[in-house]
Amino acid sequence: MEPFKFCTRLTLTEVTGRKAFNITELLEGIKAADDAVIYHHTHRFIKQSHHLVPEGANDFAYWVANTVQADRLGEELTSIDIVQYHSLANIRDAFVKMLEKHIAENPEPMRTVTPGREFHFMRAIRFSLPTDCAATDYASFIQCLRKVSVSSLYLHVFEARLRPPYGVDDFSHWFKTNFNDDIIGKEISRLDPYSYTLEGLRQRIIRIMEHRLAEVSRA
Amino acid sequence: MPKIDEYAAAAGDTAIEELKTISAKLRNKTILNVNSTAVGGGVAEILSRMLPMMTELGIKPRWELIKGGEDFYAVTKKFHNALHGTPQKLTAADFQLYRDTLKTNMESVNLDADIALIHDPQPAGLIEKKPAGAKWIWRCHIDLSNRQRDVWDFLRGYVSRYDAAVISAPSFSQELPVKQFQVPPSIDPLADKNRELTDTEISDIMKRLEIPADKPLITQVSRFDRLKDPLGVIEAFKKIQPYVTARLLLVGGSADDDPEGAQVLAEARAAAEGTPDIIVLCLPPTSNVEINAIQRASSIILQKSLKEGFGLTVSEALWKAKPVIAGAVGGIPLQITHKYSGILTRTIEGTAYWMKRLLHEPAYARKLGENGREHVRQNFLLTRHLRDYLLLALYLESGGRDFIHL
Repeated sequence: MEPFKFCTRLTLTEVTGRKAFNITELLEGIKAADDAVIYHHTHRFIKQSHHLVPEGANDFAYWVANTVQADRLGEELTSIDIVQYHSLANIRDAFVKMLEKHIAENPEPMRTVTPGREFHFMRAIRFSLPTDCAATDYASFIQCLRKVSVSSLYLHVFEARLRPPYGVDDFSHWFKTNFNDDIIGKEISRLDPYSYTLEGLRQRIIRIMEHRLAEVSRA
Repeated sequence: MPKIDEYAAAAGDTAIEELKTISAKLRNKTILNVNSTAVGGGVAEILSRMLPMMTELGIKPRWELIKGGEDFYAVTKKFHNALHGTPQKLTAADFQLYRDTLKTNMESVNLDADIALIHDPQPAGLIEKKPAGAKWIWRCHIDLSNRQRDVWDFLRGYVSRYDAAVISAPSFSQELPVKQFQVPPSIDPLADKNRELTDTEISDIMKRLEIPADKPLITQVSRFDRLKDPLGVIEAFKKIQPYVTARLLLVGGSADDDPEGAQVLAEARAAAEGTPDIIVLCLPPTSNVEINAIQRASSIILQKSLKEGFGLTVSEALWKAKPVIAGAVGGIPLQITHKYSGILTRTIEGTAYWMKRLLHEPAYARKLGENGREHVRQNFLLTRHLRDYLLLALYLESGGRDFIHL
């Protein structure tokens, strides 16, 4: 059996210099954005705010709601569930579609924010790092889960869904492949990153695994 | 100097493990830092703490200083002020003096290294002598968002030849032909200014400074500068006095060498006169542990700046899990998410409202402080700062790929 080797994700932030002062410029910026930009403004947000009360799913929504103060659009952009998409290009298209719809339905002059409050487009340079945690069974998996960083958790649970096998997190894939256990996958797929902090998610996943370990041991 | 593992208690075990994994890929690489001063100022303070960590991680850091006469530093001071947005008159002779001084330094400074971090405008011109194959990074600690055009145009000629530029906040970015990276500054959790203190240490220091502990303390720590708005702080406090039991403390450095500072201090003292619950305190610049104790003894910390560079004093207060009310300027919004990890205000009235509210809602104030401390733990500690520099070095060494597997 191939042990599960926990990795972690670190990022370096590149400032592109591109800015948006209103919603049209935000749309144009998102249209022109590559995967590294979309990743930065969607995935970073959950990671960086993991200790806060979860609110606002991405930088675009946060800026529109809190700076442009377009409440309805901000709420709509918040509702874009980035973990349901299987590619960053699809996530970008979802934002483009929603912003285009908003502009078409609201042709009147839009609010332009003052200098200093503009949106800055940034890119994430991504680094994958090995950790010294490796699991070979349920018990060692739980031990690792207690130890790894929240970045590692994020990488394996949410970012994993953007690479093959698309839409499947690394944990579920490993338990399915090695133990023919798809119950863990079903439980994890129901976890919503917007309803927990990442620390909360860690505890939730540990409880799922502990419960499953007890069931497997009994069987 | 603390060992790297001693930072685990503050930054977390995984942060230290990550640093070790990253640095293993840079083992025996020479990383050169060049700036213009070995003591005083934020750059020297950070380098003096960060370089021993690099050595412990198996990297070979070097630190070189450029030298110049008083006239050179008068010119670079003008550069500094002009880049910060205070208009300066620069002559052709000033620019020529800069070129000449840098040329002299090119002969004397050892620039041999795999990677070089060149800090701020003073040594930027050394790029003309960059060794073949080395990767050079211009590290700008200045807020360039209101920079004076002629000075920036002059510097841009040098900066454009670097492999990358590093700025502290996105709003400081400029149009450049090289990639720009955001690496915010950091605080050292083990330095006297920030290390944990016992209750006894705190109360001993408060007694020595004759600061009474009978009422909740609202504190602003900053030099007596109009841009820190000490008079606005006093006005805001006076507005809430009918409704609250609290004491206001304004703490700043001695202003002997700063005529405007002395004047602002006098104005603050005059504004506080006749109000015994307002204390204006001057401390020597070495009072790091005293400032630490005052912050820890306070119920609320203010940083009511009207203009700010990065405003790292906010992170220092948040690290002590204090609720912070701060002006939404410069790098402060990067440190505080309004109503989650602190409070951002823009007016005296707003500051007064939130002071009153946080005094009356201690549970919410405590939550803000806790969230703020976690935000600082993740984003503004020295270990993260070092990690970003090492990741940037790896990025440049890798040929600038977006996705790097270590």
